Amino acid sequence: MVIMSTLINAIVCMAVVFAVLIVLMLFISVMSKLMKKEEAPAPAAASAAPAQAPMAARGSCGEVKLFDVPDKTAAQLMAITADKLGKPLNTLRFVSIKEVK
Amino acid sequence: MKILDVLQKLWETSGIAQIAAQFSSDGVLQLIMIALACVLLYLGIVKKFEPLLLVGIAFGMLLTNLPLSGVFTPEYWNTAGDIDYAEVLRHGGLLDILYIGVKTGLYPSLIFLGVGAMTDFGPMIANPKSMLMGAGAQFGISFALVMAIPFFAPEVAASIAIIGGADGPTAIWLTKTLAPHMLAPIAIAAYSYMALIPLIQPPIMKLMTTKKERGIKMEQLRPVSKTEKIVFPIMVTIVTCLVLPSVAPLLGCLMLGNLLKECGVTDRLSDTAQNNLMNIVTIFLSVSVGATARYDTFLKTDTLLIIVLGLTAFCFATFGGLLVGKIMCKLSGGKINPLIGSAGVSAVPMAARVSQSVGQKANPSNFLLMHAMGPNVAGVIGSAVAAGFLLAVFGG
Repeated sequence: MVIMSTLINAIVCMAVVFAVLIVLMLFISVMSKLMKKEEAPAPAAASAAPAQAPMAARGSCGEVKLFDVPDKTAAQLMAITADKLGKPLNTLRFVSIKEVK
Repeated sequence: MKILDVLQKLWETSGIAQIAAQFSSDGVLQLIMIALACVLLYLGIVKKFEPLLLVGIAFGMLLTNLPLSGVFTPEYWNTAGDIDYAEVLRHGGLLDILYIGVKTGLYPSLIFLGVGAMTDFGPMIANPKSMLMGAGAQFGISFALVMAIPFFAPEVAASIAIIGGADGPTAIWLTKTLAPHMLAPIAIAAYSYMALIPLIQPPIMKLMTTKKERGIKMEQLRPVSKTEKIVFPIMVTIVTCLVLPSVAPLLGCLMLGNLLKECGVTDRLSDTAQNNLMNIVTIFLSVSVGATARYDTFLKTDTLLIIVLGLTAFCFATFGGLLVGKIMCKLSGGKINPLIGSAGVSAVPMAARVSQSVGQKANPSNFLLMHAMGPNVAGVIGSAVAAGFLLAVFGG
């Protein structure tokens, strides 16, 4: 009898967890849709000033692949390397950064 | 003559004399616990198994099992009636006073505050479907509950089951209310299995998935706006606390910590929650939990059973997450890598890292870490919800 009631409790427990997380999932979906609608006019505004985009890209050093390295650490490593080499960071190209374990 | 009296008195009041006098009964058990504490210290310091917690737990265990130290008095806490906190403050040992924070549920909630401040919910907001995997991974809790009930009282079984949530603070928070006398073995089992995730999960992950599935590359997650990140913790608090008010201290603190991080106007508070407060509470929590592992309550067959049931809960939690991951992989036409399902067992971010490393072994160009963080943080919420449910049902 105790096992039976525990089994029911276990099933209800799973059901409650699923229900709460599904409700949250739906909330997030609705919220992100509402946010997208609000942000929709933004691209139009951006296209009005196309000359600004290449300026931002010019300072980039390309894509860096990170292996088990947080963004902050990677940024610090790149800055230190550029400083030691005495060259501007945007003239260096980092291919990947990997933590040696 | 006087010197001899002084030496005799010194001998009589020493712990060595106490152990020698009771060697045939309690003395040997105390020595076993001291040795066990040293083994745990070794695992924490040398093998680096969850050292931030295990070192404190092991040291608390060492202190409490040294005879006549008086740092912890189980008699204050194992009473049927209300605890006399005034008496604890007047005559209790150091660890008795620290233990008030465990007993009142203060430390687990403050740990959750720090966890919230350190966690990025962005991957979960970007891919809300990943929450289903976090829910699926709570299967271990339900399974262990059913498995434990033939051996233990329902309250104890519920406390053991929560080990499957792979969430130390949640396990402590639930156990201190439902089965305080079992706090030490349950907390130690929960933290030990969290530390052993890289050993426990990969075989189950490989068993349940094909190499092709493990090699699936997932699309990059969409960027999440700041507004979404600010609204999310507020929304989760309202929804979960309306459904399960008992979980408010845990999830409320988790979401408050996250709000401090994301709102952008409380950087100092977020920094304190992530670092100083978290470190202070971790010391208090670990040492006082370790202090409950006294020889007379810990060295029992129940402890072994808890360790076995905890491992079962953990394995089935991984199984549940992977199962939902596989279903979602099929339904999405192979766009979701089922390995991220195993990260639903909480244990942030260790479980997500295991998903990443197993996925990368199957396909070196695979980057699952951020995708796995979705089910991972959903697992934290899921295990807190499960704990709230168990508290509501078995809490009397």
